[in-house]
Amino acid sequence: MKFKSLLTTAAIALGLATGAVAQDKTKVGFVYVGPVGDGGWTYEHNKGRLAVEDHFGDKVETVFVESVPEGPDAERVMTQMALEGADLIFTTSFGYMDPTINVAQKFPNVKFEHATGYKTADNVSVYSARFYEGRAVQGHIAGNMTKSNIIGYIGSYPIPEVIRGINSAYIHAKKVNPDVEFKIVWAYTWFDPAKEADAATVLIEQGADVILQHTDSTAPQAAAQEAGNVVTFGQASDMSEYAPFPRVSSIIDDWAPYYIARTQAVMDGTWESANTWDGIREGMVAIGEITEAVPADVKEEALALKAAMAAGEYHPFTGPLKKQDGSDWLAEGETADDGTLAGMNFYVEGLEGEIPQ
Amino acid sequence: MDLGEINPVLLVASLMVAATPLLLAAIGELVVEKAGVLNLGVEGMMIVGAISGFAISVETGSPWLGFVAAAIGGAVLSLLFVLLTQVALANQVASGLALTLFGLGFSALMGQSYVGVKPPSMGDIHIPVLSDIPVIGPILFQHDPILYVGIALTAAVWATLKYTRVGLILRAVGENHDAAHALGYKVIKIRVMAILFGGACAGLGGAYISLIRVPQWTEGMTAGVGWIALALVVFASWKPWRALLGAYLFGGITVLQLNLQAAGVAIPVEYLAMSPYIITILVLVILSADKSSAPAALGRIFHASH
Amino acid sequence: MIVLEKRPQPSKAWSYATPLVAVLATMVFGGVLFTILGKNPIEAIGTIFWEPLFGEFAFYYRPQLLVKGAPLVLIAIGLSLGFRAGIWNIGAEGQYIMGAIFGAGAGLAFYPLDAFYIFPIMVISGAFGGWLWAMIPAFLKVRFGTNEILVSLMLVYVAEQMLASVSLGLLKNPEGFGFPGSRNLQQYDSAHNAELIAGSGMHWGVVTALIAVIFAYVLLNRHMLGFHIRLTGEAPRAAKFAGVNPARLILFCLGLSGALAGLAGMFEVSGPSGVVSIDFNVGYGFTAIIVAFLGRLHPVGILLAGGLMALTYIGGEIAQSKLGLPAAAIQVFQGMLLFFLLAFDLLTNYRIRAARSEVA
Repeated sequence: MKFKSLLTTAAIALGLATGAVAQDKTKVGFVYVGPVGDGGWTYEHNKGRLAVEDHFGDKVETVFVESVPEGPDAERVMTQMALEGADLIFTTSFGYMDPTINVAQKFPNVKFEHATGYKTADNVSVYSARFYEGRAVQGHIAGNMTKSNIIGYIGSYPIPEVIRGINSAYIHAKKVNPDVEFKIVWAYTWFDPAKEADAATVLIEQGADVILQHTDSTAPQAAAQEAGNVVTFGQASDMSEYAPFPRVSSIIDDWAPYYIARTQAVMDGTWESANTWDGIREGMVAIGEITEAVPADVKEEALALKAAMAAGEYHPFTGPLKKQDGSDWLAEGETADDGTLAGMNFYVEGLEGEIPQ
Repeated sequence: MDLGEINPVLLVASLMVAATPLLLAAIGELVVEKAGVLNLGVEGMMIVGAISGFAISVETGSPWLGFVAAAIGGAVLSLLFVLLTQVALANQVASGLALTLFGLGFSALMGQSYVGVKPPSMGDIHIPVLSDIPVIGPILFQHDPILYVGIALTAAVWATLKYTRVGLILRAVGENHDAAHALGYKVIKIRVMAILFGGACAGLGGAYISLIRVPQWTEGMTAGVGWIALALVVFASWKPWRALLGAYLFGGITVLQLNLQAAGVAIPVEYLAMSPYIITILVLVILSADKSSAPAALGRIFHASH
Repeated sequence: MIVLEKRPQPSKAWSYATPLVAVLATMVFGGVLFTILGKNPIEAIGTIFWEPLFGEFAFYYRPQLLVKGAPLVLIAIGLSLGFRAGIWNIGAEGQYIMGAIFGAGAGLAFYPLDAFYIFPIMVISGAFGGWLWAMIPAFLKVRFGTNEILVSLMLVYVAEQMLASVSLGLLKNPEGFGFPGSRNLQQYDSAHNAELIAGSGMHWGVVTALIAVIFAYVLLNRHMLGFHIRLTGEAPRAAKFAGVNPARLILFCLGLSGALAGLAGMFEVSGPSGVVSIDFNVGYGFTAIIVAFLGRLHPVGILLAGGLMALTYIGGEIAQSKLGLPAAAIQVFQGMLLFFLLAFDLLTNYRIRAARSEVA
């Protein structure tokens, strides 16, 4: 333990030394789990980084390392950034959680921001987006657009983030179309465009005429386009190359406002550890343009739903809601607390099938 | 749960599409291995083919030119393998792995400006009359042209290996390069041609993913298909028609498990996903009784000592 | 016309010189690549090779070389014994995964008990997991003559699916809010493969890797079994006359390489990584094959090759963040290095000379 503190002191001393040299410029580091060319998750984080550069110009310097495996490699990359004098480091994958905490302990003067995790410290914030708000809008449009009453849903892995999205979309589709049925397929991969294409094709063949995806490639869009009469939504990025049809709208991860605000806070010395879970209101979740393929009244309702969430007047998980097994979850007017949502591992009533364990 | 929702006709039609990149890559590798060379760089050649094909078809607007470029791209990369293993006589296992590493990186560099671009579509061929036959029509006669190229290539490789002199020489080289050399065949030259053919086929397979099956370009998008193609060659015990069958089986299991999931059948996905590999091992065990199937000189280095 | 002539004896001089020539060639071609990408080539190459060893923060990177290199060396040593005897285990990645699953599983079974014997049990379980996975191709090879290259490769994919399965099920952290992945072994003292001296990078995996190097060296040079391994690879017929039992040799080589790969996985999961997760494996098993060949299948060579690979990884990351080089450029650079190392090895075993016109 003594040795550890020795290293820490050495690191702090060095950190201070380099910090003094680079005082004029704020240095912001980004650790990415995929390549910036993945067209999805990492691509959007990198857009956020570029926005920070645009916004602050000469006042910041950003650095990034892409395709960093979770585990010791991530820990090393973060340490390296901290040693090189980064003031603020964004670590953009759930699997970076423990490495972020470890490195943060060694560099108390460097601020860390971990995406989608749940462990915080004095110099570690966590941030994530309420994508389920976007899913509510999608569910609303999907429920109106489907003629077969079958909506296909492509999930990556059965984790709370994905399950939350399924529930939110289902609740809002059901609201406008009581006969709606969800078909859920787990791809068991974060990234395999060919498999996503297969999954979309399968859902279409089994009668789905709306496809929702929680995977990042445009493969399902292409499959829908080929089928001709299937509606899709962009995921992670706008996927506007498939607009106006089959892609009728999208959920966009927009990290730029958050990244700019947090960088500003570091510059001003006002940065504090926080647990941020932002949604449509703060602009972290954006709804891509709803195209003319959607009937005008549906579009209007969808925009009204979005506006209600943006104003904080409406929560997508508002009671009365029951769990899949029929047990009560939320009473009339009650809204779900963030703790339950964060660890969501159950379907709401009406969804069929089991969550794979 | 309702199994009636699975439409067998559509299932077969879509598993044919899912199997085509595998088949193309595997047929190429089959020829390479028949010549006695083990090239583990299939994944690397596929991804380079995927980006070459994508880039050229976006620039020219012609998917056909894209596929030509993909074949050339794959073959050019395999030329590196030729230099290493046939000229510098390096170990084939290590060279193949290095080729994959290089190919993945190189394709990512080439593809930087093509992320988020939509390629021109090739479209399906609807063969008149035949495509209207119920059941058989949608299964056999309503696909994109490259799918038929894959099947034609399988037939061509089968016929060439079985009935032609070239095929005979190729097999001789793969079975015993010293004897083939003694008979006056140019062992190195034949192997080089085989490796280039394998590279071109892998390139086509990669482009099938980036231009038809997905279609888009993202880094690392082949996501391991090249490795499955390697398994497939063994599964097929180096026989072209069995490779076709195997490709449908491998592609089919993925499509089938997705179909079962969508129909609401609770299946342990991981165990189904590992089944093709376990089946391949079983096939290997059964085949090992039959010593004639694997090319005897597979993976061995040839140097003509005059 | 230029021809190759096999040397009667591999050239000692060239075997030392070729790695240097290869690194130089990589620097030249890599420099061209970096220039094309608009970076200063000298700065880029300097960052990759110099910074981790002698740069400002070398005090941190040098231990990291051990952390990154140890699993590579440990696995490659095991593989090299088999490779020398012509026994091709290319499924070390799978054995590495199984070692991690078995090792972590054994440790987590005791959670939250605090006892000295937990870590040793994990070590044994990890080695056993890897050994077991390697015994499948070994048994099939001995019993049915099945090709071990392909069986071991297939088993990698099976292991990867097992890894996904246990991350989402059996070993999932019950307090992890439903997220995939196990408890963090770094936070479970009895199961933590901690640094022996903090900040040194030395954990039990590094120690084991070094022991394995020495063990392999002694085995190959001083022991009858090592002689048999070499003999089988170099002259299989002679080996038969010398009374080598091929089945025993196959079981030994595959078993040992599996056990070492399993150990590497176990030390990684209980130390630097900490967590069994879907993406736990990052390709050490495949990279180790390359390391084994770069090291010319010689224990000391493997040690150096493992260090070199680790250097390009760490230097590559620094170059990415300092110079904005894309990860893909680093991959291409590594690919080049491997190509040149493999290609120039030719000079060790062959002489290049101009052919006379009347080649018979």
